[in-house]
Amino acid sequence: MQPVASSTDAVLSKLVLEHVSKWFQTSSLHVQALDDVTLRIAEGEFVCLVGPSGCGKSTLLNLIAGLDRADRGTVQADGQTISGPGPHRLMMFQEAALFPWLTVLGNVLFGLKLVKGLSASERREKAEYFLELVGLKRFMHSNVYELSGGMRQRVALARSLAPNPSVLLMDEPFGALDALTREQLYGDIQRIWSQHRKTIVFVTHNVREAVCLGDRVILFSPNPGRIREEFSIPLPRPRDINSVDLARYSTEITRVLKGYVQNEVAG
Amino acid sequence: MIARWAVASLFFACLIGLWQLAVKAQIWSPLLLPSPSSVFIYLWSAVEDGTLWEATLVTVQRLLIGYGLGIFIGLPLGLLTASFRWSQDTIGVLALGLQTLPSVCWVPLALLWFGQTESAMLFVVVMGTLWSLIIATDTGVRTIPPIYSRAARSMGSSGFHTWTHVILPAALPFLLSGMKQGWAFAWRSLMAAEIYVTILTGFGLGHLLHYGRELSAMDQVIGVMLVIVMIGLAVDKTLFAPVERFLHRRWGTARG
Repeated sequence: MQPVASSTDAVLSKLVLEHVSKWFQTSSLHVQALDDVTLRIAEGEFVCLVGPSGCGKSTLLNLIAGLDRADRGTVQADGQTISGPGPHRLMMFQEAALFPWLTVLGNVLFGLKLVKGLSASERREKAEYFLELVGLKRFMHSNVYELSGGMRQRVALARSLAPNPSVLLMDEPFGALDALTREQLYGDIQRIWSQHRKTIVFVTHNVREAVCLGDRVILFSPNPGRIREEFSIPLPRPRDINSVDLARYSTEITRVLKGYVQNEVAG
Repeated sequence: MIARWAVASLFFACLIGLWQLAVKAQIWSPLLLPSPSSVFIYLWSAVEDGTLWEATLVTVQRLLIGYGLGIFIGLPLGLLTASFRWSQDTIGVLALGLQTLPSVCWVPLALLWFGQTESAMLFVVVMGTLWSLIIATDTGVRTIPPIYSRAARSMGSSGFHTWTHVILPAALPFLLSGMKQGWAFAWRSLMAAEIYVTILTGFGLGHLLHYGRELSAMDQVIGVMLVIVMIGLAVDKTLFAPVERFLHRRWGTARG
C-alpha cells in the first residue's frame, strides 16, 4: 500500500489536468479553490477524489465537465482542451437533479435528444436499456416525486449513461442516501462500470466509499485545494464495502487524511 | 373531507345567524342593515329578471380581456427581467414602483385619457394586473434551483433549448402562483374601474353596486358584494387551487 508517485502513462491518459488553479471572487472574499493541481486519468479508470469540504473537489469536476473554466493551467480530454460542456463528459449531481415535469423515461430521453443522429426508436430503445440496467424499467412512466431517493439517483445514473459518455463525473451522488441503499448502489455502479468501462471521476468525502469503488484514491486538502497523496487500490472486484481488506485501506487513508485536517486547524 | 365541509358550513351558518340577530336587535336602521332574507330576496329577483346574469357576464368578459392582456404583456416582461441585468434595472424597477400604486389611482388618468369608455376600464385592469404579474414571474424564475440548468448544460443543452425545455417548465408552479395573484389584482382593479367609470356599453357588477348606493338600496349593495366574493372564491377554488396543488406536488415544491 504505497502512495503512487506517477500513476499512468501520458499517452493513454483520457483526462489531463496540468497546473490547474482556480479562484472564486465574492463581494468580500477572494478564495483560491484549487492550487496547482496536476492529475492524469487513464481511459476506463475509476478515480475517487476524497477530501474535506472546501477542498475544491467539486470545482475540479466542474472544470472537467466544462461547466467552469480554470484560471490557470490546462484541462484536456482526449488531448484537446475542454472549452465547454459536451455529451462525452456527463455529470451526475449530489441531489437528484431530475426534471420533475418529465417522467422517468422523459428524463432519460432528455440527454439522448441532445445527441445528434439518433432516431426516435433508437433513443427509446437506449433509454429502456439503461433503465433496465439500473433496475427501474417498470417505473419508466412514473413521476419523479413518486420515487425514493435511491431510485431517483438510479434514474440520474441511467440518464447520465444513456448518451454514452466516455467520462462520467459523479459529485457525491450517494451523499444523501441511507446506508443500505448506498450499499446496493455500490454494487450497481461496479457492475455497470465493469460492463461499460467508462472513465469515472467520483467525488466523495467518504473514504470507505472511495476505497470500495476506486482504482485510485486521490486525497485533497483544503484552503486552497491541493492534491496531497494518491493511493492505488489493487483489491479484486466486485468489492464489498464491509470486507476486512477494504477496511485496512480505508483506515490507513483516513489516518493520513486526519493528519492534513488537523494540521490545517493547528496551522 | 366531509368534516371540513361541515365545519365550514357551520361557520358560515353562524355568521348569518349573528347577522340575523343584529337585525332583530334593531341597533341599526333596517335601511343600513337589511336582513339576510331581504338580501336573498333581492338576489333572487335579480337572478329572475336577468340583471345579475347580464352584469356578471359583462364583468367577466371585461375581466378576461384585461387579465389576458396583462398576462400577454406581463409574462414575457417578467421572464425578461429575470434573465438580464439591464432589464432588471429598468423594467424591473419600474414594475416594482408601479406595483405599489393601488389600481384605483389609475382611474383619474384613465378617465382623462380615454373618457367614459370601455378602453378606460381595460386600461385600469391592465395597469392593476401587469406590474404585480411581472414581479411574480421574475421572482418565480429566480426561485428555480440552479441545479436544473447545470444538469441540462452538462448534457449539452444551451441557450434557447435550456429556456424552453428547462427554465420555463421549472418555473411553471411559480408562474401559476403569479398568475393567481394577477387574477386577484385584476378582479380588484375591475371593480374600482366599474364603480368610477360610468358607461352605457355594458352594465357590470361594479355598476350594479354603484347604483345600489345611489338608490340607497342596501340589500342590493350587500347582495352584489356577496356575488363578487363568491365569484372570486369560486375561481380560486375551482380553477387555480387544483392546478397549483398538482404542480407543487409533482415539482416537489409543495410547502408545509
